[in-house]
Amino acid sequence: MAHHSNEPQVTVLPPDRAKIMHLWKVAGILLAVTVAEFAVAFLVPHEFHTTRVAIFVAMTIVKAAYIVGEFMHLKHEVKVLIWSILIPMVFVVWMLVAFVYEGMKLSDIRFF
Amino acid sequence: MAHTTVATAPGKSIWDGGVSPMGASYGKLMMWFFLLSDAFTFSGLLITYGLVRSSHQAYQGTIDAFTFSTEYWPVPEKVFEAVPFLHGVELPLVFVGIMTFILIMSSVTMVLAVEAGHRMDRKAVEKWMLWTILGGATFLGCQAWEWTHFIVGTGTPTVKTIFDSVTGVSQQIDVYGANLHVNQYGPQTFANFFFFITGFHGFHVFSGVLLNFLIYYNTVTGVYDRRGHYEMVEKVGLYWHFVDLVWVFVFTFFYLV
Repeated sequence: MAHHSNEPQVTVLPPDRAKIMHLWKVAGILLAVTVAEFAVAFLVPHEFHTTRVAIFVAMTIVKAAYIVGEFMHLKHEVKVLIWSILIPMVFVVWMLVAFVYEGMKLSDIRFF
Repeated sequence: MAHTTVATAPGKSIWDGGVSPMGASYGKLMMWFFLLSDAFTFSGLLITYGLVRSSHQAYQGTIDAFTFSTEYWPVPEKVFEAVPFLHGVELPLVFVGIMTFILIMSSVTMVLAVEAGHRMDRKAVEKWMLWTILGGATFLGCQAWEWTHFIVGTGTPTVKTIFDSVTGVSQQIDVYGANLHVNQYGPQTFANFFFFITGFHGFHVFSGVLLNFLIYYNTVTGVYDRRGHYEMVEKVGLYWHFVDLVWVFVFTFFYLV
């Protein structure tokens, strides 16, 4: 008690119920999408490879959007910050398209 | 901090100094830009995987008839189908699904720690940080098991033909498991990418757990109470969510596709 006056005065606020409920809702969505990915992996036959890949990529983007937007709070930041992070991703998309296309062309000419 | 109203003198833009145009502190901005550069690194790894995979022959037959061969790229769900303590039972992708669940849950507990930090609630921050550390450590343990299984192999060898270009002699060898020299599951690069991509991600998880522990320690010793804010929890939280984000992509492009 003698040192009490040296301790910082901290005011603890009560939990923000609405915000916490929202966070659990986002968690539920993420888990539901993951379960749906499993369903697609086992229910859609491998013969429909393109369909499978398209569904997986779409679901991954949904999950990524929730993680970055809600958990990392980017959705609620200033617009300049949002675009500073999102616009450079254009390079990644281009790199993906260019390299996978290159890979398919390589498979035409390789003999091993 | 994030909601500071931006007031500027007439004739001056918000970029002329004195205010934060991005509405975030220096530390948080730098974390964001570091994560952006880290995203490029992981994109480089995953896209190179896509390049090499699409340049290899794909497996042509039916899924039920699939066998491992070094001639074509394996179907991932046939490689990752083991679960600890269930030896010999084929459970494709179940274990990696559990790992995904663990990492997503630890991301949730992290964001709850951030929320508690906003309210200066030390006890709640301590609780949620401990859960987050536990989740991260469990994930690392799972990964250690998965690596061991991948390296040791299934117990059934894959026959690989090695051609010696000097003597002109071909010989066949039995390959068990995988490392950076041989790979029973498919082309050598498949094993190399497994080690590099999941390894680099695992290293991020490992350093994330260390950072989380540091935050937990500082919380317990009252550093953030004395400082008057819990922004460090937010910054390390950004890093931890990013690790989860990368896993979402690794899970899709390495295990599902």
